[in-house]
Amino acid sequence: MNGAQDMGGMMGFGPVMPEDEAVRFHAPWERRALALTVAVGGGGVWNIDASRHMRESLHPADYLASSYYEIWTKGLERLLLAHGLVTAEELAQGRALEAPRPIPRVLSAEAALAAMAKGSSYDRPVATPARFAVGDRLRAREMNPRGHTRLPRYARGKLGTVEIVHGGYVLPDTHAHGQGENPQWLYCVRFSARELWGPEADPSLAVSIDAWESYLEPATP
Amino acid sequence: MSDAGHDHDHRHEGGEPAPIALRVKALESLLVEKGYVDPAALDAIVELYEHRVGPRNGARVVARAWNDPAYRDWLLADGTAAVHALGYTGRQGEHLVAVANTPDVHNMVVCTLCSCYPWPVLGLPPVWYKSAPYRSRAVIEPRAVLADFGVALPAETTIRVWDSTAEIRYLVIPRRPADTDGWTEEALADLVTRDSMIGTGLARAPEGATP
Repeated sequence: MNGAQDMGGMMGFGPVMPEDEAVRFHAPWERRALALTVAVGGGGVWNIDASRHMRESLHPADYLASSYYEIWTKGLERLLLAHGLVTAEELAQGRALEAPRPIPRVLSAEAALAAMAKGSSYDRPVATPARFAVGDRLRAREMNPRGHTRLPRYARGKLGTVEIVHGGYVLPDTHAHGQGENPQWLYCVRFSARELWGPEADPSLAVSIDAWESYLEPATP
Repeated sequence: MSDAGHDHDHRHEGGEPAPIALRVKALESLLVEKGYVDPAALDAIVELYEHRVGPRNGARVVARAWNDPAYRDWLLADGTAAVHALGYTGRQGEHLVAVANTPDVHNMVVCTLCSCYPWPVLGLPPVWYKSAPYRSRAVIEPRAVLADFGVALPAETTIRVWDSTAEIRYLVIPRRPADTDGWTEEALADLVTRDSMIGTGLARAPEGATP
C-alpha cells in the first residue's frame, strides 16, 4: 500500500543524527515494547508480514509522528484487536475484562531464547525455473496494490539489472493477508540513480532492491 | 487492508492521549494477565538484545574476513553459511549477504520500508536507522547522509545502496585500515564500528596512525 512507510526519496525530514553504538534504548518502555512485540509475535497468531502491514496501515500522520517503538506498539495493539485477543476497553484500562482466547503457544523464557537463536527461514522451493538471470535487464512493474507489498514506489516503472538471484522466498503480498506463502523467485535488482531520480542525480550512485518475480517484467516485453 | 477499524486513542483524564510509557505498561499488564505472554520471556528477550547480541558479533566476522582470505571468499559467496559458522544465527539473520567495500565501491545498507537489519551480527538497529531522515535520504542522497556521519568519499567512488526490501539482510565489510599488517583478529575487531558495517562509517584507523 502507498502508506507513510514507503519513504525512499521523500524530503524534508532533516539530518540523520548519528549515535554511539553503546546506546540500545532511550527509555525503559522501549525495552518492553520490543519484548512484547517479539514475544507476542512468537505466539504464532500472525506472521512478520502481517505485522509490517499493520504498522504501515497506521494513519500516515500518526506513522510519521511516532518513534519506531511507538509504531511497533500501535501495530501490536491493532493486531491484538484485529484478532480478537483484546478489546479496546481492555487496552484502555490495562486489565482483562474478558476471558483470553486460545493462541498457538506462549513462549517461556527458554523457548523465547531458543526461537530468537533459531529464527525463521523464509526461503522455499519454487517449482518453476527462475524467469530472470543475473545481468538481465528488466522493469519493475507500475503497480499500486491496496494491500501489503514490498516494492517501493521509487522503483516502480524503472529499468534495472538483475544482480543476484536469491532463490525462492515467501511472498509478503499474500502472506501478510493470510493468503498463503506463495513462494516466488526473489532477485536483487540494481538501478542507476539517474534511472530512479532523473538526469540530475549523482552519476556515481546505484541503488538495489530485492524484488519478487511478480514485481518484475522483461525490459522489452 | 487493515481490519482493525479505528485507532483507539487511550484518552485519559484531561482528554490527552496517555503517554507512550503508560500505554506500553498497560499493554504489558493486560497481556500478562491474559496469559498471552510470560514476563520471564520478556525479560529474557530484553537481556538478550541489550547485553548479548550486538555489533561486536559482526566486528568479529569482519576481522576474520580481513585476516583469512578463504573465509572472506566464503563470506562473499555464501554470507549465510559463513556467518552462521561463527555461531551468529537467529532472528533477522536467517538469510545474509555480505558486500565488500573496495577503493572504488562503497556500500551502504538501508530499509526504506521499515527497519530490516541483520540482528545476529549487528544487534538491534540504532534509532537513526529506523528514522525518516535516514530511510528517506539514503537512496537519493547517500553522500549527504554520509556527510552527516562525517564521511566524505571521492566523487569517483561508486556509492552502492542496498535497500533491504525482503528477508535478505546485508552486512558491509569495510576496508581494512592501513598499518594493521599482522594484527590479531581480536585487535582488528576493535577497529570495526557498527556504522562501518552499515556503510555509514569507515573502520577506525589504528591509534597513532596518520588518517
